[in-house]
Amino acid sequence: MVALRTAESRPILGRGPSPGLRFFFFALLSIGLMWLDQRQGYLESLRHALSMVTYPVQVAVNSPTAFWDWLHESFETREHLQAENAQLKVRLRDADFRLMRLVDLEQENMRLRGLREATSRVAQRFVVAEILRVDLNPFRHRVIVNKGTSDGAFKGQPILDASGIFGQITRAGTFSSEAILITDAEHAIPVQVNRNGLRTIAVGTGDPGTLSLPFLATNADIKAGDLLVSSGLGGVFPPGYPVATVTKVNKAAAQMLAEISAEPAAKLDRDREVLLIWTNEPPIDVPAEPEETTATKTTPGAKP
Amino acid sequence: MSEGLNRIPMLLSVVFGLILSVVPLPHWLNIARPDFLVIVVLYWSIMVPRAGGLMLAFFAGLLLDAFKGVVLGQHALALCLASYVAIKLHLRVRIFPVLHQALTVFWLLALYQFMLFWIDGMSGHPITNYARWIPAFTGALLWPVFAGLLGNAYQRT
Repeated sequence: MVALRTAESRPILGRGPSPGLRFFFFALLSIGLMWLDQRQGYLESLRHALSMVTYPVQVAVNSPTAFWDWLHESFETREHLQAENAQLKVRLRDADFRLMRLVDLEQENMRLRGLREATSRVAQRFVVAEILRVDLNPFRHRVIVNKGTSDGAFKGQPILDASGIFGQITRAGTFSSEAILITDAEHAIPVQVNRNGLRTIAVGTGDPGTLSLPFLATNADIKAGDLLVSSGLGGVFPPGYPVATVTKVNKAAAQMLAEISAEPAAKLDRDREVLLIWTNEPPIDVPAEPEETTATKTTPGAKP
Repeated sequence: MSEGLNRIPMLLSVVFGLILSVVPLPHWLNIARPDFLVIVVLYWSIMVPRAGGLMLAFFAGLLLDAFKGVVLGQHALALCLASYVAIKLHLRVRIFPVLHQALTVFWLLALYQFMLFWIDGMSGHPITNYARWIPAFTGALLWPVFAGLLGNAYQRT
């Protein structure tokens, strides 16, 4: 196993360039790649090509768990299915009941917005995407979903699940895309307290069950149990979708800012399927709400 | 360059290494997941440097970049450096006893992690968590197993 090999595996001088020269060449190549990718953003097409290579492997890696899930579903017992069916019927009835009022409210909302000549940004169209069970970096909250530009996905597209906002697409490949979750330490989402309209920003912590609200003063009107919905500022996420519930508010008198943590509404670590959504306006429309945006920037969270 | 060398076991081991480095694991195991592909590349760099060498390291690193969705070239550079040092030392490392080899592999893996850490910081996504160094330990612990498995694969050809 660790014995000296025969002559055929030993390096022989004079065959090709020396390792040092080769290392220099490859190091220069990688640094050039990094520079092009990071500073210039020229390598999108190369990324696309690479994602064509990686996608089959990702699907292959995902397939055993997918097969197991399929097997599990196929051999579900009759009683279990009946119970689930009954439960789903109840939920559908409740949802239908709420939907009855929703149609009316939507009409009224449209009419009022028409009076004010304001446009609403409600999700118009969605596509269900499956999360591939592929582990990326354990310290970052990124996932791969099986929809790409061939399905119309684009960079910055919001992703929801059945209970709230999930994340957004950071890189759209041809058949698959990479998405960042709202709990990633590099992610921030503009939110609003549903109870009183207080606006702030929810920042990911790197912990899958926690968001933090670092920009609220100690006298801000917020308490545990408040629902945070997306405010729609920033132009990425549509407004009015649940993001998180406030779990802990720590207002130390000596501090300027309160320490507030919230629990995401979406089931970030349990989801199998998510929704990619398209709103009826172009995804980036920051100039559309200039007054509101500047108002929040200068006095974050000051609006009652 | 290629006369008399059978590269199939090498390429197969690279594919397996790649699959092992993205296969889903529970969180606590995921943190300790050794850099399988890196160990595979280091093995071939030490045992048969002419078979793949730095080109293998570069392309394996590029694949890792594509999979992990980081800046292209990050893993490629780190893996090239680790592989270069391994190639430089390969005649010595080969005759080390296996535990001594594991120690050498440990600091090669640590060098690799350090490069990643450094480039992470420079590209603006720093991960300052001590847990990121665990894979270097677990990788070195698994080296005897790997060397045995890959040694079998190599000798059968």
